[in-house]
Amino acid sequence: MGTVSSMKLIDENGIRIDGRSKGELRPIKIETDVIERADGSAFIEWGGNKIIVAVYGPREAYPKHTQDIEKAQVKARYNMAAFSVDERKRPGPDRRSMEISKVISEALSSAVMVEQFPRAQIDVYIEVLQADAGTRIAGLTAASVALAAAGVPMRDMVVGCTAGKVDGQIVLDLCKEEDNFGQADLPMAIMARTGEVVLMQMDGDLTMEEFDEATGLIMDATKRINEIQREALAGKYRTLTLSRGGE
Amino acid sequence: MAESKQIVLPGDLIDPSLGKPRNGVFKCGDKQYCSQYFGIVQVSDQGVDVVPFSGPYYPRKGDKVIGKIIEVGPSMWTVDINSPYYTLLHMNDTPWRTTSGDIRKYLGPGDHIYAKVMTLNEIRESWLTLKDVGLRKLEGGHIVGIPAPKVPRIIGRGGSMVNMIKDATSTRIVVGQNGLIWIDGSPENVMMAIRAIKLVEREAHTTGLTDRMEKYLKELKEEK
Repeated sequence: MGTVSSMKLIDENGIRIDGRSKGELRPIKIETDVIERADGSAFIEWGGNKIIVAVYGPREAYPKHTQDIEKAQVKARYNMAAFSVDERKRPGPDRRSMEISKVISEALSSAVMVEQFPRAQIDVYIEVLQADAGTRIAGLTAASVALAAAGVPMRDMVVGCTAGKVDGQIVLDLCKEEDNFGQADLPMAIMARTGEVVLMQMDGDLTMEEFDEATGLIMDATKRINEIQREALAGKYRTLTLSRGGE
Repeated sequence: MAESKQIVLPGDLIDPSLGKPRNGVFKCGDKQYCSQYFGIVQVSDQGVDVVPFSGPYYPRKGDKVIGKIIEVGPSMWTVDINSPYYTLLHMNDTPWRTTSGDIRKYLGPGDHIYAKVMTLNEIRESWLTLKDVGLRKLEGGHIVGIPAPKVPRIIGRGGSMVNMIKDATSTRIVVGQNGLIWIDGSPENVMMAIRAIKLVEREAHTTGLTDRMEKYLKELKEEK
């Protein structure tokens, strides 16, 4: 944001730089059970984003002083690979990834039934292999699929999307160029059934009307993304049942 | 061909007209019930359950489980029973005449036991006992693991499935409620039993499984 550029991101027909319309998502593909030794895992391709998520636990929380006698901790770790961006990223946790880990942990712990596992922790490792704007939301969406695949009890699926302001217009699901040269970026995640907001951040400025328009676009898009999550999880069991025949 | 069982995700509404909501279902609003797992809906005379496809084992009092000794203390063993929490076995809860300090000669790290969950408290600490019929140290044999929610399918109605596998492969099998299974026999027979168990695991959510397994085991036997 903030970088002033003469680049035109939306043409006169309302077509964006990557050929999408205002309310169109990038192609999303989710696959589950990609890691053998994890309790649950997922791989998501969201436009140019490639993210792998592994869930371990619930298991006893260590170090022991982090144990909560009443509930489990959800410990998410968002990490970007050194080769995930154009210019090599210095490996290891930094200010940005620690912030993202924190907001993702908090978003997930409002969905997971943490009170069922006193003294435990649930580890969620989010590894970004290739980044192309909107990784926190893509990682969170995949994390919720991986948690469901791990058999962790949850109140609801968490599903997210971003919207933003580009060339003065509100558009859905920013791509890299729009993220860098746009005027605002609004990642948001909700619970799929209830629509409760579990994560919302904003970079840049939006007026009240623009904000409403952006959240409206996101709420609409999360329904589509939730269907992709459902298909990723249930799809393979359904085909197995079909090939075997039902009752 | 009737339709297969309904697959649900966390947060999916469960039709309250199916029956009384039981395991895996939680109240999510006024007279509304939702699934808390990714699994299948199972309707029985007692009510509606959501059985997850995978997930850890939660100890319940009286369950007979297979555990692995991971640590030996002066008077207690720490046992891993494939659940989120470790469990403890005190030397007084064993059939042996033990004295504090030398309990390692009865059970050492890496040994497997077939034990019963004796007590359980609110913060999910649990204790095992070996003082009951059939409970013992498991010597020799092979351990395989399956997700705990699939154990009922391995056992089958009244033990039909596991007995079928035992007879067909001429092995000794002990199934723990926690998803660990001990198999003893000749190496080929053990491998055969493992293959049969993995098949049940993979197709646990389908119906008419016992009949298909019967056919599969017959084929395996002929191969031999």
